[in-house]
Amino acid sequence: MQTLFIRGPSATVRMAVLVIASITLMTVDHRWHSLEIVRSALSSVIYPLQYSIDLPIRLFYWADEALSSQQTLLEKNREFQARHLENRVQLQKLDIIEKENDRLRKLLSAIPKTTERLLISEIINVDVDPYRQLILLNKGSSNDVHPGQPIIDALGIMGQVIHVGPLSSTAMLITDASHAIPVQVNRTGLRAIASGSGKIDQLNLRHLPQSVDIKVGDLLITSGLGGTFPPNFPVAIISKVERPAGESFALIEAKPHAQLDKSREVLLVWRNKAEQAEPVTKADDIADGQNADADSDKEQSVTKEKRSDQRRGNRE
Amino acid sequence: MNKTLRIGMMTIIGAFMLAIMPLPDWAVEFRPEWVTLVLIYWAMAVPARIGVTVAWFTGLLLDVSYGTLMGQHAIGMVLVIYVIHIQHQRLRVASLMQQAIVIFFLLLIKQLLSLWVDGMLGHAPDSWLYFMPTITSTLLWPWTYLILRDLRRKFSVEKHFQ
Repeated sequence: MQTLFIRGPSATVRMAVLVIASITLMTVDHRWHSLEIVRSALSSVIYPLQYSIDLPIRLFYWADEALSSQQTLLEKNREFQARHLENRVQLQKLDIIEKENDRLRKLLSAIPKTTERLLISEIINVDVDPYRQLILLNKGSSNDVHPGQPIIDALGIMGQVIHVGPLSSTAMLITDASHAIPVQVNRTGLRAIASGSGKIDQLNLRHLPQSVDIKVGDLLITSGLGGTFPPNFPVAIISKVERPAGESFALIEAKPHAQLDKSREVLLVWRNKAEQAEPVTKADDIADGQNADADSDKEQSVTKEKRSDQRRGNRE
Repeated sequence: MNKTLRIGMMTIIGAFMLAIMPLPDWAVEFRPEWVTLVLIYWAMAVPARIGVTVAWFTGLLLDVSYGTLMGQHAIGMVLVIYVIHIQHQRLRVASLMQQAIVIFFLLLIKQLLSLWVDGMLGHAPDSWLYFMPTITSTLLWPWTYLILRDLRRKFSVEKHFQ
């Protein structure tokens, strides 16, 4: 009876084809990451849905702002002005230090310091896989967003963009179980890898020996190795250090510095071209090699290490 | 029939929106699989129109929205809808309770498949709450069925008789 009504290939054939297609898609997506175009196209199909889900929440915040009394606005304004003044005073000092730093760097003929371009993006309030730490941003390839781009908030590194659609993009937070970020302990300069735990408030520092000089309260900053994240941004604060007897590695946990679950706005970071001046091995060539493209992350980190060695040598 | 298809698509879009709607933190792990439930209903009611192909595309869209691997939701969706599709005549005459039992096991297989993929990617969740959507979806099946049946009757069958 069924065949009277169902046209085309039978359900079994279709099922088999689609299952094989799914497996192929999963493999291709995982191994070669070459489905970005498809993902980007499909993401523009669902963007209206995501936007309409987000709209009531956006309206709520808008209404909250629009309906707040003049008194609270005035108070807020006064508070912001005071803070602005404070920040400007501190910026003056920073400006002088930055100039001094530039001069010293020139004396050492080191790479010029990099600058970053920032763009504010809002988080679209839709839920994603509850077991991943992903967020959806309202900026996409039309705003020059690209995969691998770091995102930060006012307090520190939040994560990096993984998929980009025309109008939206998906970013992975540093606490995602499949994310890792190269860091440096601010106090000692010790380098490590902070990998996500899958919990929103925890990072793990694996494979550090028992004797490592690290203690609760230490600030972790990005080391800039690997080339994805800009150096010297705060990442996390060490929250727990245990040295279990009989284990070869210490058990170290850290708490992200950025407000991963509270921020409504994030900053997308573009790094300027000077940062990609690689690979150069001689200090003299650095000024000439600024436009050369980075060959690979490994080489970049190696040359950076060499450079710091040279700097140390120069100082001595 | 076209009207049925239209109302089917509208409810699938509605389910999709429920699937991505932000929930409070404690409720996120309990979110029923709205899209699968609605697809199951339509695969049972109009198997000639809504079947495995629609399920596959919906699954892919869900993958893109959730940021999961392309095909992770789609493959489970296809398998569930396939079983519903070939058994739709039996399921139609079964009681809501019996339907719910079948759906429970189908959703369990779908969830295991997804867990398997997550495990291969190296980020398998270590919490039993991972199977919570299966239970909440099963519990919500009778209501989903009744609401969608009423919708279908209201928007398509009545108009036919006019």
